[in-house]
Amino acid sequence: MNRFDYVRAGSVAEAVAAAAEPGAAYLAAGTNLLDLMKGGITRPTRLVDVTHLPGLDRIESLPGGGHRVGALVRNSDLAYDAGFARAYPAVAEALLSGASAQLRNAATLAGNLMQRTRCPYFYDPASACNKRDPGAGCDARGGETRLHAVLGWSEHCIATHPSDLCVPLVALDAVVEIAGKAGSREVALDAFHRLPGDAPERETVLEPGEMIVSLRLPEDAAAFAGHSRYLKIRDRTSYAFAVVSASAALRLEGGRIGAARLALGGVALKPWRARAAEVVLAGAEPGEASFRAAADAALAEARPSGDNAFKIELARRLIVRTLTLAAAGTPERMPALPASAFADGSALHA
Amino acid sequence: MSFSLTLTVNGETRAIDLDDPRVTLLDLLRERLHLTGSKKGCDRGQCGACTVLVNGRRVNSCLALAVSLDGADVLTIEGLAQGDALHPVQAAFIDHDGFQCGFCTPGQIMSAVGLIREGQAGDDPERVREGMSGNLCRCGAYIGITQAVLEAQARLAAEQGEAA
Repeated sequence: MNRFDYVRAGSVAEAVAAAAEPGAAYLAAGTNLLDLMKGGITRPTRLVDVTHLPGLDRIESLPGGGHRVGALVRNSDLAYDAGFARAYPAVAEALLSGASAQLRNAATLAGNLMQRTRCPYFYDPASACNKRDPGAGCDARGGETRLHAVLGWSEHCIATHPSDLCVPLVALDAVVEIAGKAGSREVALDAFHRLPGDAPERETVLEPGEMIVSLRLPEDAAAFAGHSRYLKIRDRTSYAFAVVSASAALRLEGGRIGAARLALGGVALKPWRARAAEVVLAGAEPGEASFRAAADAALAEARPSGDNAFKIELARRLIVRTLTLAAAGTPERMPALPASAFADGSALHA
Repeated sequence: MSFSLTLTVNGETRAIDLDDPRVTLLDLLRERLHLTGSKKGCDRGQCGACTVLVNGRRVNSCLALAVSLDGADVLTIEGLAQGDALHPVQAAFIDHDGFQCGFCTPGQIMSAVGLIREGQAGDDPERVREGMSGNLCRCGAYIGITQAVLEAQARLAAEQGEAA
């Protein structure tokens, strides 16, 4: 029988010390970790349960503007927090477009950042995977690549990061606050997840034992609240990962775009900030011409990693659609089908 | 090594000793507490047949470690009726044929109870369908399920109005 150890941490310092040893993993809700353990994909020898740590389940409005969200805030609590959702409506929409209500009631903010790819070859112990078994090769190459990357991939790994939530967060310059043995530090969310390169097994910049304690939205992030959307193309209407998703946030000033934020999901091993597109949009008149130019800029470096060239054009069209809906204004009420690219979701059932 | 925890299950406080911390809430309910109403469909959080309420919120019991829930209040399908009086959601599932084989039904009903408590769907069938998308029914009883949830929601809202 394999050695297995469960530790319930009483403080962040205790958690960090307990998780620093090889084979340890943090346990929050466990909605992804337990799934991976059941499949034999990850085999931690020690779980460090942080769910009982005090103070990490709070959503705080910061004095100078912005918000701090504790690592253990549940997805549904964040999405339905009226003040938070008003300030960052695309974040709430992304949250509600992800997983199912049961999972959102359990899954935490930090768990969402730390979730693993849903690449089916990563999930299949019989397939070669450099992420699971460094140096083994990648059976996704030449396989079924519908959900695989078109940006930032390497010959060692073509998987994507599956999060919806991270897409608007990276667009809004969210900052990850981290505790470790050496003290606290912070990292921009855009720099938190690593591209695969030749070490796809290293997915984030966290050092052994380091723990996410909170995430901060900077003071200017709420300035986009009036023109923010998250849209997601998926293979079924609800409860599915993104084939491609996009988050757009605009500040409109006197009929022009004062500032724009754009990020993509489902296209790379990290939430993909499209800065080149933001430069195209800044100062432009909102409309199809500028939106198409932005979409072209966002996908300029894209190349298929297999049978998935369609995702590049799909992402372009989704960017235009998301920018169009963002420019029209954030809906007053959360749509019945959050993140649906169709104007009226009910038409799907007509 | 043994792990002790306390859970309130359907109103009854239970002291539980586990010899292995890797026991899910679903396995604890079914195998150790012999509450087999919650079903093991996929055991991976994809089908919703294992849905129970933990501290009043619906979750997939197959993806929760029991030991981590020390002190929690758990409501399963066995704790929903008051004696012989069915919960309004149970009654509505019967009235609207919200099932065929019945395997997914305990999870559907617990999910519907959670959905109505969340108060986000109201009387909008589209929001009910979206809110119930974590519960699969391979018999395809979705039309009856949606009608049952809408009727139970209306009845519970009316009862709350009377009580107020």
